[in-house]
Amino acid sequence: MSGGLYSTEGRDFDQTLDLKKIKPYGDTMNDGKTQLSFTLPVPAGDEAIEAAKQLMKKMGFENPQIVFHKELTEGYTFFNCYGNCVHTVDYTDIYVPKVESTKWDMPETDQFVREHIGRKIVVVGASTGTDAHTVGIDAIMNMKGFAGHYGLERYEMFEAVNMGSQVTNEEFIAKAIELKADALLVSQTVTQKDIHIRNLTELVEMLEAEGLRDQVILACGGPRISHELAKELGYDAGFGMNTYADDVASFIAQELDRRLHATDF
Amino acid sequence: MKSKLGIDFNKVEHARGLARRIADQVQGFVNGYTTVAVERTLCRLLGIDGVDAHAVPLPNVLIDELKEKNVLGEGILFFLGNALVETGLTPQQVAEQVAQGKLDLTQVKVSSAEAREQALKPYIDESIRRIVANRRRRENYIATIGEGPKPYLYVIVATGNIYEDVVQAQAAARQGADIIAVIRTTGQSLLDYVPYGATTEGFGGTFATQENFRIMRKALDEVGEEVGRYIRLCNYCSGLCMPEIAVMGALEGLDVMLNDALYGILFRDINMQRTLVDQFMSRVINGFAGVIINTGEDNYLTTADAVEEAHTVLASDLINEQLALLAGLPEEQMGLGHAFEMDPMLENGFLYELAQAQMTREIFPKATLKYMPPTKFMTGNIFRGHIQDALFNMVGVWTAQGIQLLGMPTEAIHTPFMSDRYLSIENARYIFNNMKNIGDEVMFKEDGIIQNRAKEVLDKATVLLERIEQEGLFSALEKGIFADIKRPKNGGKGLDGVSVKGKNYWNPFVEIMKNR
Repeated sequence: MSGGLYSTEGRDFDQTLDLKKIKPYGDTMNDGKTQLSFTLPVPAGDEAIEAAKQLMKKMGFENPQIVFHKELTEGYTFFNCYGNCVHTVDYTDIYVPKVESTKWDMPETDQFVREHIGRKIVVVGASTGTDAHTVGIDAIMNMKGFAGHYGLERYEMFEAVNMGSQVTNEEFIAKAIELKADALLVSQTVTQKDIHIRNLTELVEMLEAEGLRDQVILACGGPRISHELAKELGYDAGFGMNTYADDVASFIAQELDRRLHATDF
Repeated sequence: MKSKLGIDFNKVEHARGLARRIADQVQGFVNGYTTVAVERTLCRLLGIDGVDAHAVPLPNVLIDELKEKNVLGEGILFFLGNALVETGLTPQQVAEQVAQGKLDLTQVKVSSAEAREQALKPYIDESIRRIVANRRRRENYIATIGEGPKPYLYVIVATGNIYEDVVQAQAAARQGADIIAVIRTTGQSLLDYVPYGATTEGFGGTFATQENFRIMRKALDEVGEEVGRYIRLCNYCSGLCMPEIAVMGALEGLDVMLNDALYGILFRDINMQRTLVDQFMSRVINGFAGVIINTGEDNYLTTADAVEEAHTVLASDLINEQLALLAGLPEEQMGLGHAFEMDPMLENGFLYELAQAQMTREIFPKATLKYMPPTKFMTGNIFRGHIQDALFNMVGVWTAQGIQLLGMPTEAIHTPFMSDRYLSIENARYIFNNMKNIGDEVMFKEDGIIQNRAKEVLDKATVLLERIEQEGLFSALEKGIFADIKRPKNGGKGLDGVSVKGKNYWNPFVEIMKNR
């Protein structure tokens, strides 16, 4: 017998942690244990299980185990699997671009804005394009905020305007001009077929065409947005999952301060 | 009925009376107006379908012309009636002539009202006959092959491609789903026309078209016969084409329709005058076609707090009930919405959810209540999400909900995989079977947390309804009473498609359908 819950197999691998070669951890250092599930477009049976195992091996798993399978409908079989990952990554060589600002809470940010900017910061936000989801922009902007993090509307030193969902890029820019916005926040929730990329790119292009791009701080957010992606698309910052109004407010305050008080030239 | 919650039903009747007066005020407005969507609906009811050389649907060709010439208020049946009398053509042929620029409807000789009605009658009778036949088809299926027990298991398909949707939908039916909802492509609610033909491209969903309805209906009938259970088909009668989608659904045998003007006003920024007029016609059709409507109150709790704003859901359910009754829609076809959306970290949150679900059940005893799963606090932790859905399913079976909209562990990550749907259905079937009669067995402690929660929500809803009755619904919406969202009476999308009814206005379907 190999593997399994009550395995007594010898552990003939190096069990010391090496950050240059990390791999998944189940219950023993470097065991590589990984859990995954997927569906294959074949009927259930021994051949299906074998196909799943072979696929696991190609994915880089030793000792693949199919612990559960079920034919979901004729010709489609679902698998729960475990395997030992053979690959490693060098953790010491990782570089992830991040929003470069210190995260403050609401009173700290308000205080900073009072002292350094000396007026309210105008922020316009929207879920743009055909995206009907307001959950992201609401979490950042609405008074109540989300999960205990108050939204920008509650900040004393922010003038926050939430345009809601399905706002066209044209309307969004018009509002930014009308209110002389310091910062624009775009939320994108629907990402099927990369519609969010097209939409975000279009906004940048339109702002550039209007000569506005450099006059505003431009940030985007959503469950599938990373700071890296945002920078690639020409945004100043991107806010993904597990970021809240605090992150956004601190960033805007510090970035605006930096721009207003830039001393070069 | 004895309340498990110690609810005072005199209070409920008081609240219902307030809602009735609110609805009556709205109806007083609605009766005086028509819209481009209502008129296009009448075109479709007369059998007008297809598109012109520029892919514009023929109903839009006709109605856009009336709008341009500022005669929309006279109603399309006035002009079509005259054209039928004068030319002897069918409504479809007339529409084609107009599309080709060979006929100007507003220049046709005006006939007598009797002559117009006589010329239109065969087409009116034919669409009524077809809708009745679809209702019978459903009733016959349920009488012969049967249906799943309540709560019905409702799942969505959302591939963007109707043919791929069919594969997903049939799989879900085999796994135990009772209702298949084909999610619409993002943005369709804001189109002021209904696209034509089978479609294979969509974002986050699939276009609602009459041909797509037909394809899915056929697929569900096939799989229904295979599994020995009638499978209901759900789509979305919301947005700018509410009544048009209703008529397409009625003609193609759909069973369930999302149908809520308040939802469109708040979450799609559709003009309130436009959509309340549209909603009335769509509910008349849905009522007549035997279609269960689903209302969207659950969405309030995705933006506002689920504990603090629970009473807004009840208040809105009561208003929606009265608006539906005014359209002749029976209580059994009311899928009034509510949701399990409290923060899972809340102490005793399950008890509050249970209290509210039971309260909704007792206040609307005949309704096919639509119960929505957690979405706001689904995090990407699929393992916890699966447990949140399990708690939601427990409340659903415990309080005898009508439609259980199954939560997916991967909510907030992607539109459901085939396997997500399987896991969700398995979750619900396990709990529904394992806890089948818990609602009959367990009573709630007198003056305990559960009873008091229900009473509190009812009291707060009543206070809110009193305020809305004073204000009027339009003004209440302008002040942001629901979901913390404010909408101006003359703002939003679609207002330019609203017109006061003129002296020649005629729409016989409302009376025929309401007095079936």
